[in-house]
Amino acid sequence: MSDTGLLGARRRSLRRVTALIRKETWQILRDPSAIAIGVVLPMVLLVLFGYGLSFDIKDLPVAIVDEQPSQESAAATAGFGLSRYFRPYPVKTMAEAERLMANRTVSAIVRFPPHFARDVALGNAQIQVTVNATDANTGRIALSYASGAVNAWLARDTAEGRLAADGAAIGIESRLWFNDANESSWFLVPGLIVLVMTLIGALLTSLVIAREWERGTFEALFATPVRPGEILLSKTVPYFVMGMLGLALSVAGSQFLFGVPLRGSLWLLVLVSSLYLLVALGIGLVISSATKSQFLANQITFLVTFLPATMLSGFMFDIRSMPWAIQLITRIFPARYFVSSLQTLFLAGDVWAVILPDMAVLAVMATLLMTMAVRATRKKVG
Amino acid sequence: MTAPEPPHPVEARQVHKTFSRKTGEVVKALDGVSFEARRQTLTALVGPDGAGKTTLLRLLAGLVTADDGRIQVLGLDVSATPQAVQDRIGYMPQRFGLYEDLTVQQNLDLYADLHDVAGKRRETIYRQLLEMTALARFTRRLAGALSGGMKQKLGLACTLVRSPDLLLLDEPTVGVDPLSRRELWEIVRRLVRDQGLTVVVSTSYLDEAEFCDHAVVLHQGRVLAEGMPEEITARAKDRVFLASSTAGATARSLQARLFRHEGVVDAVPEAGKVRVVAGASGPPGAGADDGGISFEPVSPRFEDGFMVLFRAAVGERHASAIELDHRPSGETDAPSVEVRDLVRTFGDFTAVNHVSFVVRRGEIYGLLGPNGAGKSTTFRMLCGLIPASGGTLRVAGADLRTSRAEARTRLGYVAQKFSLYGDLSVDENLDFFASAYGLRGTQKRARIAWAKEQFELGPLASLPSSQLPGGYKQRLAMAAALLHEPDILFLDEATSGADPLARREFWGRITALSEQGVTVIVTTHFMEEAEYCDRVIIMDSGRNLAEGSPAEIRAHATTRNGRQPTMEDAFIAIVEKSRGDAREEAR
Repeated sequence: MSDTGLLGARRRSLRRVTALIRKETWQILRDPSAIAIGVVLPMVLLVLFGYGLSFDIKDLPVAIVDEQPSQESAAATAGFGLSRYFRPYPVKTMAEAERLMANRTVSAIVRFPPHFARDVALGNAQIQVTVNATDANTGRIALSYASGAVNAWLARDTAEGRLAADGAAIGIESRLWFNDANESSWFLVPGLIVLVMTLIGALLTSLVIAREWERGTFEALFATPVRPGEILLSKTVPYFVMGMLGLALSVAGSQFLFGVPLRGSLWLLVLVSSLYLLVALGIGLVISSATKSQFLANQITFLVTFLPATMLSGFMFDIRSMPWAIQLITRIFPARYFVSSLQTLFLAGDVWAVILPDMAVLAVMATLLMTMAVRATRKKVG
Repeated sequence: MTAPEPPHPVEARQVHKTFSRKTGEVVKALDGVSFEARRQTLTALVGPDGAGKTTLLRLLAGLVTADDGRIQVLGLDVSATPQAVQDRIGYMPQRFGLYEDLTVQQNLDLYADLHDVAGKRRETIYRQLLEMTALARFTRRLAGALSGGMKQKLGLACTLVRSPDLLLLDEPTVGVDPLSRRELWEIVRRLVRDQGLTVVVSTSYLDEAEFCDHAVVLHQGRVLAEGMPEEITARAKDRVFLASSTAGATARSLQARLFRHEGVVDAVPEAGKVRVVAGASGPPGAGADDGGISFEPVSPRFEDGFMVLFRAAVGERHASAIELDHRPSGETDAPSVEVRDLVRTFGDFTAVNHVSFVVRRGEIYGLLGPNGAGKSTTFRMLCGLIPASGGTLRVAGADLRTSRAEARTRLGYVAQKFSLYGDLSVDENLDFFASAYGLRGTQKRARIAWAKEQFELGPLASLPSSQLPGGYKQRLAMAAALLHEPDILFLDEATSGADPLARREFWGRITALSEQGVTVIVTTHFMEEAEYCDRVIIMDSGRNLAEGSPAEIRAHATTRNGRQPTMEDAFIAIVEKSRGDAREEAR
């Protein structure tokens, strides 16, 4: 037969991989939990994050302390009143404002100090903004909106010639760049893709190898001509396909449900997502091979992939506003690079300066993890 | 390419393998094992659980690497080229890894593809395998929905899709009912006889060694003996007798007495008599207290020879008696457990179908049946762990449907799996269970002291119970169940996983308990253990097939070739007849 030699060996190997992939696919289709994690959960997340969760602030109660009313302070106060984000409570003293803050009537205090008018004229005016930061996120957003309101007033007055152009001493960069509509769903939905990919890539695969160990199916499989690499490949392919379906679902959802623009190119999005998916698959496979227990693998994967993808990727909380130590930690999690690329691709466009470095990091991580997974899969029992 | 084949397909020389447990304990799984399997023969690795059988087979399959020694499989060095070996062997692990969410056909297809079996060859082998395993009707069924015996047959079929040069089977009949067990062995023997396959099989059922050409007896990682099964059987030549009491003592009490006797290697109840293996030729030395026993010589079996070897290796013998502080009160022969028309359904499925029986005080009552017969469900209802769907259940005079808590204080329960806390020491476990049963103060201390003395647990009291040697785990479990001095003791497969000696000690204690008035209800899959019972009930598919004393049950089977039918023969005869009747009815 022509079955000896290298060609025959390759044909047999291909046949084994195909058989294993088919087996894996049947198992996914018969396993309600795989369908739940792979299809239902992404849809739930999409709807939840798109409609339910919103970081937008509207009608935030703000105490305005004007200790020495002047034309300038009145104009600035009016700026707050005009904004749909704030509901001003004019008060006379700081003490009164603090009391309102303590009983949660207001969430922020804007204080115009005495001599505000004079300082404006001198160009070194200061406004004290105090925010109730119990909810850190809302606090941060409130702070940035407050700066926005002050800036708007400054700009208006400068334009109208009431202030010298160089007198605009408060220059605060808005973090809401690119999110023109100021809708958090624009910001959240791209980030959601990272969650979906993490769920399918890491959480689902972390179970599959451990499950074979727990059910004892590996022992029989090992004593066949199958090679470790073939087992690994058969575990990667179906979940890669599933992850890509998840991506398609999320992108479609973001376009049709929320109208989030995709300003970058689709092929680049697919490429970056593939890289991240490989990293996630690698993590799942490594953890699964190492722990050999579904429960443990699940817990560890959740801790090292899903939580960082939510908290430390920049998807929910801006990395730049984190303490430097935490910022440093975010660098070891692949989700960070993916989120940065995703947000750029969706809201800005093909900004190579951002996407290329991100892709490089992801590619290195993917290679490293896949190598580890191959090393971890030995045809040995016990 | 074809190297000259060495004389034997398997050659193991001085193989060592140690494992370190998570607790830091180092276990010598194999300690200098040498053996060989000859071409076209059936070689059995025989030994109790923990003897090293599984490790040895995994070494042969290249799934574990030996610490020391040489293993040649099909002329290849396994540790150097495991893949080359795996390309040619068939290996069926103890828990064969069937994909339970795949159908029978899909499982077969997967293994056929992995072994590169295609086209005509595939069709031919499928037809053969499905016919051999009688699975042809079930190809579209999910593997998870098959019975235990059918799963094992499918596992075997998957292993055989590519006719391997060597077949390794790890305890293929564990958890399989006697009927399927017999069928599986028939298949394996036919493979050797008709297809010239070389097979190495491990088993803890000693009677199965008799089916093999060559037996390797393992114990604690060492080879105790090897040779033809007849050679091992011959170790008990002229030493085996059937003893019966001329003074009217029951077989069980006679067995207990003989088992404690110095000159006796083994004593088990059999067919209303006691099968005795003497320490030397001739009946055990007749001391003054041995009066009233007649010994009738019989031909030895493999198990007798094994016990001679095993006793020599283990040496020490333990007291297996037990002395209760307070005997349960009440009249002898008063009903202790009454079950009438018991029904339990799970959805559409009827697990227990109108079962009735009565257990009298001080009786040992056995529930026997293949997997899925409904014995565990019955058992759980008796212990008040799950409610009955219909019928009445009275335990120790209390109706379980109305006063479950009251009944529970009167019963002790030893679960199928070791259900004590592995991290806690013997003392701590006993202390916990005593408190759980509501004992405190002096009474609690007295009961714990009693338990430790009776079960000889004193020297091991501070050891975590997970590290106890096999037989001691069973002792601790039983001790914990007896702390509150129950009237009724439930034992669910309590002897599975114990070596033959530990099992005999265990039964010695059960006998002693029953003699002191404790009612004992057991389930077991060792058919010969039914001989210890006063009466047994045989169940299949949730129904009561037969009930009666071991002698009455045995009468269901016909005597063949002058050989007394065993409990297992009777069991098979009863189940086959009932299934045959069911088929008749269906027609």
